[in-house]
Amino acid sequence: MATILFDGVAYGMLLFVLACGLAVTLGLMNFVNLAHGAFAMAGGYVTVLLMDRAGWPFLACLPAAFLVAAAIGLVLERTLYRHMYGRSHLDQVLFSIGLVFMAVAITDFLMGSSQRNIRLPEWLQGRREILGVNVGIYRSFLIVLCGALAVGLQAGLLRTRFGSRLRAAVDDARVARGLGIPVSLVFATTFAVGSGLAGLGGALGVELLGLDPYFPLKFMIYFLIVVTVGGTSGIMGPFVASMLLGVADVAGKYYLSSALGGFVIYVVLIIVLVLRPNGLFARAR
Amino acid sequence: MSAPGSAPGSASQGLARRSRWRVAEIIFWLLAFAAVFLPPGKHLLLNEVAILALFALSLDLILGYAGIISLGHAAFFGTGAYAAGLLCKLVTPDPLVGMAAAVVAAAFMGFVTSFLVLRGTDLTRLMVTLGVALVLHEVANALPQWTGGADGLQGMAVGPLLGHFDFDLYGRTAYAYSLTTLFVLFLLARRIVYSPFGLSLMAIRRNTLRASALGVPVNRRLVAVYTLAAAYAGAAGALLAQTTAYVSLEVLEFQRSADVLLALIIGGAGWLYGGVAGAILFKFLHDTLSSSSPQFWMFWMGLFLVVLALVGRERLGGGVRGLLARARR
Repeated sequence: MATILFDGVAYGMLLFVLACGLAVTLGLMNFVNLAHGAFAMAGGYVTVLLMDRAGWPFLACLPAAFLVAAAIGLVLERTLYRHMYGRSHLDQVLFSIGLVFMAVAITDFLMGSSQRNIRLPEWLQGRREILGVNVGIYRSFLIVLCGALAVGLQAGLLRTRFGSRLRAAVDDARVARGLGIPVSLVFATTFAVGSGLAGLGGALGVELLGLDPYFPLKFMIYFLIVVTVGGTSGIMGPFVASMLLGVADVAGKYYLSSALGGFVIYVVLIIVLVLRPNGLFARAR
Repeated sequence: MSAPGSAPGSASQGLARRSRWRVAEIIFWLLAFAAVFLPPGKHLLLNEVAILALFALSLDLILGYAGIISLGHAAFFGTGAYAAGLLCKLVTPDPLVGMAAAVVAAAFMGFVTSFLVLRGTDLTRLMVTLGVALVLHEVANALPQWTGGADGLQGMAVGPLLGHFDFDLYGRTAYAYSLTTLFVLFLLARRIVYSPFGLSLMAIRRNTLRASALGVPVNRRLVAVYTLAAAYAGAAGALLAQTTAYVSLEVLEFQRSADVLLALIIGGAGWLYGGVAGAILFKFLHDTLSSSSPQFWMFWMGLFLVVLALVGRERLGGGVRGLLARARR
């Protein structure tokens, strides 16, 4: 029981890091970016390649995954995404699905369609008994790292000058621009950081989620659930939602059959969205 | 569009003018039916085109006319396919009975779930429709004694059409059957779209608030059109199940919802022939491009979508429709 809860929390933490970039673009900037998983996939493949080919240690790969995904995000934001901000949701959906398809095809072409794995360093492997609960060491590592990131992000959004500029730009881009806030720069930076975090999540998730070219499509739904159920109030809603999703998914698949586990999640998703169309933690308007 | 300040009654005149049959339309349908008598070889592909065209037409009713974005339209396609398949296996092999059952089942499913998409923004609708399709997928997966699970529903022995025409290996009967169904349902959709009901749907898409201020019962209209579109999708699903004598979980997958959206977007939404034109282009491109490699197809499809979205569907005039309009000028 406690082990399942623990695994669920670790899984949820991972989902949060993967999805928090989307929480900002979709939740705050109101851009339906179905291609978010592609950045995570990029981070995952960077890690796999650096560890396999260049023999980098796992920990050194994590910042690299972040930087590469952030760089890709920045380039795409400046060249393509920027033009799509004001468009209808249907256009954004088509645009980002197109990006996903291209990412899948290119990855498949370059890397092959097989599932890729990494070898974690020795000190992250295995399980240990802590306070009578059997916990995986890698999962504890995930919880500590992702928890720290969540706290840092929340603080960054609420306490720093950049955070308040971002919130202002999101609330009313025109007024923010009038006040001298470089809105497009703020958006670009935010987008890059969000993509980078997705890349980091992808790197961390290779062990738990697996990695193949269809990664962006497979997990797209999970990211969307985290953001839509969590609501658009900021970082905390998606954080709670990913915890719930992680625990529900792990527990559902453990107690029920693996098929029914998915069933429970989607039913909960529909019920939440029908009762609260703006998510559990909607901003008061 | 009627000129401002025109006399009352011009709305119905405008509808009558727009609903008039054009020569190109008649030629198109004649050609489509003539293809039944082609020498065997392409009928299986043509059958797939007709099914996708019907499915895209169904999506057009809610997306192009009522403005409901759906990423889970496969839910109703799959419902129809499984209904037709199960009826054929358990009750009667007659395809027309199966078709009726599929339409009723899908319409019922559409009616029930339509209340879920009434509220919320585009994003909420997107997620709810996606969720409904995923739930149905999971249900079908979890009931292998009924649906065959991941192995698919096998052992369908579809009877001859109207008691005379057997479904042959080359798909001639299949194509004729699918095309006739498409044509009949197309006529119905044409009648509906060019009626006051259809106009009220377009009003809802343009501006929901103003439509309701004008006295359009928005929610009832949306429920009605969603149910209708679900019935259409169910008919398409039944066609696939009966002409291939097989139903797999693929009928409910996200890929199918995405494909039909793409086909419709290629052809141009909000235009009855958009689904048909899109289906033709989509299937033939798919056939050509994916014969070398499936990734190849995916890449070009993705690139096409990105360019289409960046340039703007309006400026491109919705794919094929824009090309036609430009050619006419």
